[in-house]
Amino acid sequence: MSWTRKLLRVNLSNGTVTEEALNMQWANDYLGQRGLATRYMVEETDPACDPLGPDNKLIMATGPLTGTMASTGGRYSVICKSPLTNAIACSNSGGFFGAELKFAGWDMVIFEGRAASPMYLSIENEKASLLPADDLWGKSVWEADKVLRTKHQDPQTRIACVGRSAEQGCLYAAVVNDLHRAAGRSGVGTVMASKNLKAVVVRGTLGIGNVENPEAFMSATKAGKAVLAENAVTGQGLPAYGTQVLMNVINEVGALPTRNMRETQFEGAANVSAEAMLEPRKSDGKPNLTTNGACYACTIACGRISTIDRTHFSVKDKPEYWINSGGLEYEAAWALGPDTGVDDIDALTYVNFLCNEDGMDPISLGSTIAAAMELFESGAITTAQTDGVELKFGSAEALCWAAEVTAKGEGFGRDIGLGSKRLCEKYGRPEFSMTVKGQEFPAYDPRGIQGMGLAYATSNRGACHLRGYTVASEILGIPEKTDPLESDGKAGLVKAFQDATAAVDSAGLCVFTTFAWTMDDIAPQVDAACEGDWSTDRMMEVGERIWNMEREYNAKAGLTGADDNLPARLVSEPANVGPAAGRVSELDKMLPEYYAARGWTSDGSVTVETHSRLGLPG
Amino acid sequence: MQITFKLYATLGDLLPSNAVRNVASIDVPEGASLNSIIDKYHVPRELAHLVLINGVFVCDADRDQSGMLKEGDVLAIWPPVAGG
Ligand code: SF4
Repeated sequence: MSWTRKLLRVNLSNGTVTEEALNMQWANDYLGQRGLATRYMVEETDPACDPLGPDNKLIMATGPLTGTMASTGGRYSVICKSPLTNAIACSNSGGFFGAELKFAGWDMVIFEGRAASPMYLSIENEKASLLPADDLWGKSVWEADKVLRTKHQDPQTRIACVGRSAEQGCLYAAVVNDLHRAAGRSGVGTVMASKNLKAVVVRGTLGIGNVENPEAFMSATKAGKAVLAENAVTGQGLPAYGTQVLMNVINEVGALPTRNMRETQFEGAANVSAEAMLEPRKSDGKPNLTTNGACYACTIACGRISTIDRTHFSVKDKPEYWINSGGLEYEAAWALGPDTGVDDIDALTYVNFLCNEDGMDPISLGSTIAAAMELFESGAITTAQTDGVELKFGSAEALCWAAEVTAKGEGFGRDIGLGSKRLCEKYGRPEFSMTVKGQEFPAYDPRGIQGMGLAYATSNRGACHLRGYTVASEILGIPEKTDPLESDGKAGLVKAFQDATAAVDSAGLCVFTTFAWTMDDIAPQVDAACEGDWSTDRMMEVGERIWNMEREYNAKAGLTGADDNLPARLVSEPANVGPAAGRVSELDKMLPEYYAARGWTSDGSVTVETHSRLGLPG
Repeated sequence: MQITFKLYATLGDLLPSNAVRNVASIDVPEGASLNSIIDKYHVPRELAHLVLINGVFVCDADRDQSGMLKEGDVLAIWPPVAGG
């Protein structure tokens, strides 16, 4: 076993912190992290609860491989009910926090209730206590991190924290750990702040001593690392170019959503691409990208560490941003760039820094600003709302202003903090919101990549690329190439990606390994680490079980098959240029095939047979 | 005939000197196959992973065929890459 078999239960309402045995039956059925924590959510919460009320819970959960020497084995997830979607939320993060939590001896921490005043949780191995955080409230993640480090005086301390956006009720606030790694999506940071919980500070020195078969684990993880090193994507492409290498690819195939998804190619894509991040800039001869970086135990190292041009308008009077910090990843670069029509890489990097500094999901922020720009250009909002700012597509100044006011929850920033759906409803143009289940889209236009339309529509946490990344097959040819413009066969593809990803997300590993690893590379690592037999088939079954459990949670929260939809723009307004020109998403054709492949009813409910075949709770 | 030739990521350095960023205009014989262009610019075939004409993928089997290209087409090539 690689579970510590222990969890911490923190009741914020009455200030108690108690140790509890991990439910090992559930660990066997749901593995860890995403799956296991969702099992606890099913057991302990009412899916219809108010996501920002004390009855919602928030779980920080590791997987069995978190903290081990398996490549990328440093992941943890934050699980709760989402205030953005009212569905189950599970946001995955790298960095070093998750591994440290494991080193302290904990598989997960469950937060319940709500503190009467701001608190933070301090964990030093088995010693865990709730401490006052009044002095941290109102501070950004970066400021709070500094204060906590001074207090705790241990350079190896790892911190996960929420920023001012979360405190101000921005519905897509993130939990940021290690300064620039984030459990980014679905407003998990908003839920954390709603509990008056500012941060979790953890230091663990117990290490990992409970791998089931150490010798087999050494050889399985070694074999896995060799596969990653030899693969051109994980061995060369990702470390050198990061995920941002996709900017030019997705533009070329005509699936780069542009200006709030009105168009499908962006004339400025090359200016905000991975290649552009390597070009020396005029002012100081340095490129945007300083170096790459790795999360705990990762042998891929896709992370970007960047600087902003000091002469750029956004930072020229702000030396606090003349630093090396987390740079642009593809999804963030897309949302802040093509989707807002801005092709200024320094403006995008600055806003990305703000997202880390104050804990905002850059995908939702960028998409919501894009929707606000469309509202502005249509006249639904005016300079009366925007404090005189011309909130137009392509304006880097407007983008930076919008991010600044949202980070602090000031003025119109509070409206942007509502997310695209509520913002567009508020100003009478709901059709401008590019969301599924209230969550903003990532960087692939479903008119040009058909499988992604189905993946977005059926994602259990609202529009999301990481729940079923069929781009790998449809565009990148991993594991094999399928035609992105063809909807035939995509139902099965989406299901396979969704189930596999649910298993990977529950193991403690990074999903980027799957550009090189198949389940046949992953299962032996889990098998050697954990008690019992973990075959490829069992991993896939666990993934399917998790997917269906999330679906049932959402059904009890009030979501139905009618929520498996896409905005009208994507199913009725054809792509304007590129290979997909003239096409719309064929969701209506794929969705019934998908329900059938899942063993669900024609209206998208999990059938009694599927429920009992998978041994689902309840 | 003239076509637009784009090489990205690690392949970018293989473009001719008139390239701006990752894009060059090149002259190719009528009927040139994609592999003949790939070879001419010393793109290792195993790294010509994602090969697109006007954004549409061309599979391995079609890259030796002549007549795939016409005047003004855009040929773009990437090594194996991924992101997300
Ligand atoms: S591949 Fe990238 S995101 Fe994943 S663990 Fe490694 S550095 Fe972190």
